[in-house]
Amino acid sequence: MKILVCITHVPDTTAKISFTDNDTKFDANGVQFIIGPYDDYALARAVELKEASGGSVTVLNVGTAETEPTIRKALAIGADDAIRINAEPTDSMFVAQQIANHAKDGGYDLIMMGRESIDFNGGMVHGMVGELLGMPAISPVMQLDIEGETAKLAREIEGGKEYLELSLPFVAGCQEPIAEWKIPNMRGIMSARSKKLEVIEPTDATEAATLEKYEMPPAKGEVKMIDADNVEELVQLLKNEAKVL
Amino acid sequence: MAILVFIEHAEGVVKKSSLEAVSYAAAMGDEVIGLAVGSIDEGALKAAGNAGASKVLHVTDEKLEKGIIQAYAQVINQAMESTGAEILVLAKSSLGDPVAARVAAKQGAGFVSNVSDLPDTSNGFKVKRSIYTGKAFANVEIKTDKKILGLKKNAVELKTDGSEATVEKFDVLLSDDSFKVTITSQDKATGEILLPEAELVVSGGRGMKGPENWGMIEELAKTLGAATGCSKPVSDMGWRPHHEHVGQTGVKVSPQLYVAIGISGAIQHLAGVNSSKNIVVINKDPEAPFFAAADYGIVGDAFEVVPKLTEALKAAQN
Ligand SMILES: Cc1cc2nc3c(=O)[nH]c(=O)nc-3n(C[C@H](O)[C@H](O)[C@H](O)COP(=O)(O)OP(=O)(O)OC[C@H]3O[C@@H](n4cnc5c(N)ncnc54)[C@H](O)[C@@H]3O)c2cc1C
Ligand SMILES: Nc1ncnc2c1ncn2[C@@H]1O[C@H](COP(=O)(O)O)[C@@H](O)[C@H]1O
Repeated sequence: MKILVCITHVPDTTAKISFTDNDTKFDANGVQFIIGPYDDYALARAVELKEASGGSVTVLNVGTAETEPTIRKALAIGADDAIRINAEPTDSMFVAQQIANHAKDGGYDLIMMGRESIDFNGGMVHGMVGELLGMPAISPVMQLDIEGETAKLAREIEGGKEYLELSLPFVAGCQEPIAEWKIPNMRGIMSARSKKLEVIEPTDATEAATLEKYEMPPAKGEVKMIDADNVEELVQLLKNEAKVL
Repeated sequence: MAILVFIEHAEGVVKKSSLEAVSYAAAMGDEVIGLAVGSIDEGALKAAGNAGASKVLHVTDEKLEKGIIQAYAQVINQAMESTGAEILVLAKSSLGDPVAARVAAKQGAGFVSNVSDLPDTSNGFKVKRSIYTGKAFANVEIKTDKKILGLKKNAVELKTDGSEATVEKFDVLLSDDSFKVTITSQDKATGEILLPEAELVVSGGRGMKGPENWGMIEELAKTLGAATGCSKPVSDMGWRPHHEHVGQTGVKVSPQLYVAIGISGAIQHLAGVNSSKNIVVINKDPEAPFFAAADYGIVGDAFEVVPKLTEALKAAQN
């Protein structure tokens, strides 16, 4: 089975977010970048599927040269080769078109992504790629098993799960507990250095939405502390001050 | 030009988040047309009128009883074409988001999700969306003629004006191609307050020590009329179901009140709650980072404070 895994290169989940250049650029100073946590689940499951039944895993990132250490990490985790489409991923439609243009002749049986990127949080790219390729796109997928040409999936819905069946190929936006994150071992890290990382230039695509300015949320006010022996005071505050009761 | 709003319903009632989407569209000043799919009473759909829709298109094809994403996207494409609507508005949901992504790709429409405010149309079409899991916002300009706005909860206040919408049956042509996916079953809590929609949330963390102690969380939630949530380790250990876990890799909530009990307040947890209107933190450790993000805090043992709080709430209700 030939699997494509699309990964993002995003600030670590503990990173403090700030902006520069008059709030038009992300301040990457001192920020550590990681594989998107949901993409990491997709990758881990893809590697498991390959280990179980053979085939290959290709990782793809739409990004500039700065993302290469992140791509190498995916190779160290167990992907066989990688593609970087050399462009700034500023708009989901643009990214989706790049991925679809690459995948349409790639002969992939399965395209795995994260449920959402943790920078843009769009949750859109998988659906767009599915539509552009005329394939189903399912997200957020919590369980994915393949028997022959048929896949069995569980998808999270409000308050529970939905179980689905469909044939390959399709797009899956993944989340836990689809697999456990894999940590690269020494052998993986060594072999990743010699794996193929192909850089291709983007095709023409629509930029549907452009960034004007970033903004930070308003600062939180002081916390009011209430004595543990006086919970009645909290009830009064919730009623009369916060007005939520 | 009309604005189309995709209206979802659960157990025969239009979702509040969908009514908010109608109010949002109405606040933009154009005619608002709702689109609802599946079995729901006409009477129930008229609620959309109260929130600002003039008309609701109702699609009742039985093939759509199950939420097949590709088929729903086809329905929306046809409704946009038939109404001439160039703007689609919808609330964030497990059905709406993937459907909107397909519609966007099909129509070449600019799609912005997690929109947190009304658009600014004074010069172009600009919207504010939340990014970095609520840690920041981005103001973006949509350049395409067709536009899709996916709303974050509480993006606008739900307004009701007492008027009624007319409900019209809307027929669609569905291609077999849209039914490549079979939904074999659903396993879903019914009758509970669903976490993503909840106005009040009571959430417990590892400080609760074990699943056997959740009775007191549930009792407090019941007294408040709140949904229950939890931190990630709690769902990882199987104390609570996965769909209750709140945070960066879980549900993002934006309720009026979030009560965090025995949760330390790790940045990944805060990412899921930082758009709550009011946060109450109960933790025995005065240094717990959650206090810095809270509006009200109690330093104390949850096993003593929570039952007392439940009693005090009950007393205040009488
Ligand atoms: C990539 C990534 C993504 C993550 N995503 C999420 C996410 O989406 N959501 C999430 O929640 N976490 C997430 N985490 C985990 C997160 O970092 C924390 O580990 C987690 O939130 C801690 O959960 P907790 O507060 O319940 O437990 P702990 O950190 O163990 O805190 C327990 C708290 O309970 C208090 N306590 C103990 N006993 C009592 C008592 N008797 N009465 C009152 N208080 C008591 C303690 O003082 C402590 O503050 C993520 C981590 C990573 C690396
Ligand atoms: N620049 C990118 N390169 C490769 N894959 C991406 C990129 N952006 C998004 N994706 C994939 O699409 C998923 C959803 O992203 P988003 O719609 O931005 O939330 C991510 O989890 C990735 O798997």
